[in-house]
Amino acid sequence: MAGTGFKRFNVLPGFWPAFSYTVLYLSLIVLIPLSAVFLKSATTSWDHIWRSISSPSVVASYRLSFGASIIAGLISVAAGFLIAWVLVRYEFPGKPLADAVVDLPFALPTAVAGIALTSLYTENGWVGQYLAKLGIKVAFTPLGVVVALTFIGLPFVIRSVQPVLADSDQELEEAAASLGATRWQVFTRVIFPLVRPALLTGFALALARALGEYGSVIFISGNMPMKTEITPLLIVNKLQQYDYAGATAIAAVMLITSFLLLLTINLLQRRSRRFMEAR
Amino acid sequence: MKLNRFWLGMVAASAVFAAGPLKLLNVSYDPTRELYQDINAAFARQWKARTGADVQISQSHGGSGAQARAVIDGLQADVVTLGLAYDIDSIAERAHLLAPDWQKRLPNNSTPFTSTIVFLVRQGNPKHIRDWDDLIKPGVAVITPNPKTSGGARWSYLAAWGYALKKNNGDDGKARDFVRKLYKNVPVLDSGARGSTTTFVQRGIGDVLLSWENEAFLALNELGKNKVQVITPSVSILAEPPVAVVDSVAAKHGTSAVAKAYLEFLWSPEGQEIGAKNFYRPRLAAVQAKYAGRFPKVQLFTIDEVFGGWQKAQKRHFEDGGVFDQIYAPGK
Repeated sequence: MAGTGFKRFNVLPGFWPAFSYTVLYLSLIVLIPLSAVFLKSATTSWDHIWRSISSPSVVASYRLSFGASIIAGLISVAAGFLIAWVLVRYEFPGKPLADAVVDLPFALPTAVAGIALTSLYTENGWVGQYLAKLGIKVAFTPLGVVVALTFIGLPFVIRSVQPVLADSDQELEEAAASLGATRWQVFTRVIFPLVRPALLTGFALALARALGEYGSVIFISGNMPMKTEITPLLIVNKLQQYDYAGATAIAAVMLITSFLLLLTINLLQRRSRRFMEAR
Repeated sequence: MKLNRFWLGMVAASAVFAAGPLKLLNVSYDPTRELYQDINAAFARQWKARTGADVQISQSHGGSGAQARAVIDGLQADVVTLGLAYDIDSIAERAHLLAPDWQKRLPNNSTPFTSTIVFLVRQGNPKHIRDWDDLIKPGVAVITPNPKTSGGARWSYLAAWGYALKKNNGDDGKARDFVRKLYKNVPVLDSGARGSTTTFVQRGIGDVLLSWENEAFLALNELGKNKVQVITPSVSILAEPPVAVVDSVAAKHGTSAVAKAYLEFLWSPEGQEIGAKNFYRPRLAAVQAKYAGRFPKVQLFTIDEVFGGWQKAQKRHFEDGGVFDQIYAPGK
């Protein structure tokens, strides 16, 4: 199958209605609102746009937003893979409950999550007081931002990896072991290639969510200029100052950067899937 | 036939709807929830007695700037009662929903009550905070919201600046230095006044909260007097949160008359008493005298005296790249 042209054969009829609906839906719900962002920021001068997106506090916020999101995504990948493994491969009492708990961060209003995490991690909070004795401050530091973003990102990884692990044949691992593979080899050569696309998906979802996250972060971050202001907060601040064009300009920067990041991850994922199929 | 009946029903329904109670939306800022609950009930009673008609008043609350933005974006406010004149100016300037000279239409700069900025400290005042100078001492954590997003925080910032100017015989550089030191002591910048009150009161962060006077007393009443106490500094700013009818919206709704009466009610003896009971400083001398014990004496300056009005203060201090941003610029 060459990658060009429409692929139309399918046992189910209705390619054109389905395809038109897809295009219409993507336009109305996704593309039109997004293009409004670019149109709005185009209503002002280049000078204003440049000053809005390159002021020192905004640049500092890019560093925090992208840095913390990527770190949180990586933590979610490691922890999420482990949790998914436990939920799929082991039997233990209360497993359905543990499985349901995973989804809670999806259901909780993010502001509630933010307030709860802040209460826990401030210097007199349940967890924070012990960390403070070790000299670790979480609330109102960039570390707090990472904690909040990990909290909301974790379920994405678990839910992406879980079905893949459940579907994978344990016999493959046994076969590898019987052919003399060490445990490490079984992991790196058999299990990891299987779940790699799912891990990438989970990472991409967690990253995308973290980049746009507002509610849970603004409580725990402390919002100190140049130190713990995330980019979405600065967008809201710009709106509060009636600088709509400046706000959309920053939003456009976030959007383009996120799009490039996600595109890269998608390409990586396709490559790793094709690699799997080729074997 | 069916269609006719449908239209008949619609006409009947709309007639009933039109004859229903008058509806008024008051878009206000954060700490006035309790005040306007009381005012609305009292005004509805008075309006019914005077005209025989019912009036239903809804309230909307949020950060003053965010509320103004919502009105600009189309929130159907018949009246706005916001934290600072600058926000109503913005509605007039950007959306042309009311006349630019709105502030001259009602007495006292269209401000029925005044307030000021005071300190809320922990019970027993363990850090011995008495006046503004104590806020810049090392080791004192001050809680106040971000003045770029919170109206109340702008009043606090300007109060601190005005105090420092007065103390240093108008030396601008020293005032800037004082404010810079003060913000060095701020560990968290929430986006609004209620957020900061929560940080200070519920989460127990910080030694002193810079707060609207009414918000401070409200916190005191809700928490009980054994948790926090209010400290009134020697000098503070006269905060004037103004009110205005949003002409275009009220005209469209046919509520111009009742909206005007609603705001005028705030200056009536009954309205002024409700304000005083909610810890807003009244304008009427008689009510002031009656509630004198409630409001500690403090030397107050106005924003016009010290800063030449909101437009100027906003431009110099809170715009992007303004003095507040410079405080946080790297290397300072």
